[in-house]
Amino acid sequence: MTNDILVFAEQRNDVVHPAALQLVMPAKALAATTGGKVVACLIGDKLDNAMAAVEKTGVDRIIAVSAPQLGLYSAVRYRTALATAIANVEPRIVLLAATFMGRDLAPRVAVKTQAALATDVVELTISGDGALDVRRPVYNGKAFCHVSFPEDRLAIASVRPNTFSAPAGGSGAARAALAYTPGPGDDRINVQEIARSAGAVKDVTEADIIVSGGRALKSEDNFKILYELAQELDAAVGASRAACDAGYQPHSRQVGLTGKTVTPRLYIACGISGAIQHLAGMRGSKVIVAINTDKEAPIFKLADYGIVADVFKVVPALTAEVQRLKG
Amino acid sequence: MKILVLVRQVPDSTTTIKIRPDAKDIERTGVKMVVNPFDEFAIEQAVLLREKRPDVQSVTALIVGPATAAEALRTALAVGADDGMHLQDDAFTALDELQMAALIAAVVQGGGYDLILLGKQEIDLDSGQLGPALAEALDWPHVGATVKLEFAADGKSFVARRRIEGAEEVVQLALPAVVTADKGLCEMRYPSLPNLMKAKKKPVKVVKAADVPGLAEAVGRVGGTALHTFQPPPARPAGKLIAGEPDQAAKELVRLLREEAKAI
Ligand SMILES: Cc1cc2nc3c(=O)[nH]c(=O)nc-3n(C[C@H](O)[C@H](O)[C@H](O)COP(=O)(O)OP(=O)(O)OC[C@H]3O[C@@H](n4cnc5c(N)ncnc54)[C@H](O)[C@@H]3O)c2cc1C
Ligand SMILES: Nc1ncnc2c1ncn2[C@@H]1O[C@H](COP(=O)(O)O)[C@@H](O)[C@H]1O
Repeated sequence: MTNDILVFAEQRNDVVHPAALQLVMPAKALAATTGGKVVACLIGDKLDNAMAAVEKTGVDRIIAVSAPQLGLYSAVRYRTALATAIANVEPRIVLLAATFMGRDLAPRVAVKTQAALATDVVELTISGDGALDVRRPVYNGKAFCHVSFPEDRLAIASVRPNTFSAPAGGSGAARAALAYTPGPGDDRINVQEIARSAGAVKDVTEADIIVSGGRALKSEDNFKILYELAQELDAAVGASRAACDAGYQPHSRQVGLTGKTVTPRLYIACGISGAIQHLAGMRGSKVIVAINTDKEAPIFKLADYGIVADVFKVVPALTAEVQRLKG
Repeated sequence: MKILVLVRQVPDSTTTIKIRPDAKDIERTGVKMVVNPFDEFAIEQAVLLREKRPDVQSVTALIVGPATAAEALRTALAVGADDGMHLQDDAFTALDELQMAALIAAVVQGGGYDLILLGKQEIDLDSGQLGPALAEALDWPHVGATVKLEFAADGKSFVARRRIEGAEEVVQLALPAVVTADKGLCEMRYPSLPNLMKAKKKPVKVVKAADVPGLAEAVGRVGGTALHTFQPPPARPAGKLIAGEPDQAAKELVRLLREEAKAI
């Protein structure tokens, strides 16, 4: 085992996931303690642009595992490829982003490489005995806990998106390529297509800003006012379960316990009461705004800014003001 | 086709989480325990397949947990699982998620299962490790966070849709396979009282550590993380209520978001 930190730089279509670039900051901090290097690993088919983006974060070394069969994500192929990179680098710690891909891949790779794993972490340190120690939210963010790793085996952690920011201004990373040798049964998952949701609206898990609507919106049509604000802010539109169950928005936009967990820079809750199961999905947001006619609504307890008023009046006024400032 | 569905008991989502004074765990007395919401989708999917497909021989529900976890198992049986397996031993409480996967793999290996359904994540520790880890331990393929499952006529392969950022992956797999359920897959029916009564008569096999051959080796190969202290979430600064007419308030909010919070 070396003292190096390996970062899995997730990409799709030669575009690195922003959450993967955010791994470099904690990786550098860990490497400073272990005395190792930060090595990024990319897996895919065409990787030129993705490698260039990773290089800018200032990693020491980039390893590319590229092959036509790796063009689309497959849990079994990618775990073989990442395990190959791990065998090559022999890192002490591997970091992945806790994205849909990272959550799917990390446990498989951990079992394959006989490692220990913690998911969705927000803090990473090396403890006195030299082992990794992390902090992660539990009970949907209602508490946090420290997780210690054993010292004698590879430690893998997936990191919650938007916890760190991506460093910039790096260059000159050493580059190497590793061959992908398909393992037995690597062809058992056959990805047929990636079906994009209709329209070019961002998904809640991709956006830095989310404008979210609840039962108060009363119809799919009324959600238009949220889409208009979202467009001005380059935001995604989210919804409460009540709004999704009523058919105002598709379930893919649901935020909460049984919906998606989001940690954007800004979350604007419009006509959402703030039930505990909704908070479960968005309490990790940096800044929270609530707009609600009921000043007793629980969402105001969490909000950094609140307006007690009708969403149908406030939201269009917000849109107009943002537009005005943009000129 | 033999189906195995995994069930976990978790604190009800409305529970107020209090941390014990020694910070080693949360207060567990008086906490209402329920079936993990993502497991409800898995149970319903298993039972739907059993009802619709003549080639489905059985649905077995499996839980690892203390004696009280039998209640969650009974819910699965009441919804339509045929029998249960309760892995209950003090030795199991010290296992982390990957070791739990090793345990379950050791128990189900050779059991003749073709499809394992489980939740994409449990809502207490929010780990989301078990499905992919179990698949790897069994050397089976898996689909995670599945929102749709459609079997081919011969019942040997299926097409699944899995949720990713802004899209769905459509994947095709052959059995045996592990599938983790996300919201949208289906909604669990409410178990009726007669079915709850009938569930009490369905067979439940209790499995102890000594019944699992090779357990120590399997568990020793992976994991080993330990939860050591719990803390409440960081306190959020008190919020600001913005007064005034909607137009004025909107203007002020935009100003604050730009100048104070630097969020837009
Ligand atoms: C197991 C389980 C899982 C769940 N998972 C989720 C989940 O993932 N996500 C989720 O969101 N919920 C979830 N729920 C449901 C949750 O408990 C709430 O029912 C839901 O969040 C309520 O949605 P809402 O805030 O839109 O509706 P309501 O609670 O009805 O709130 C509507 C709010 O709008 C306000 N309002 C009305 N008119 C206006 C107006 N004109 N202007 C401004 N404000 C107005 C009202 O004052 C009220 O506060 C779950 C529940 C359970 C039991
Ligand atoms: N103790 C357990 N017994 C049975 N199934 C479990 C147990 N723990 C987790 N699972 C299953 O694994 C899924 C994912 O759990 P986790 O990886 O712990 O988030 C859960 O939704 C359950 O279906």
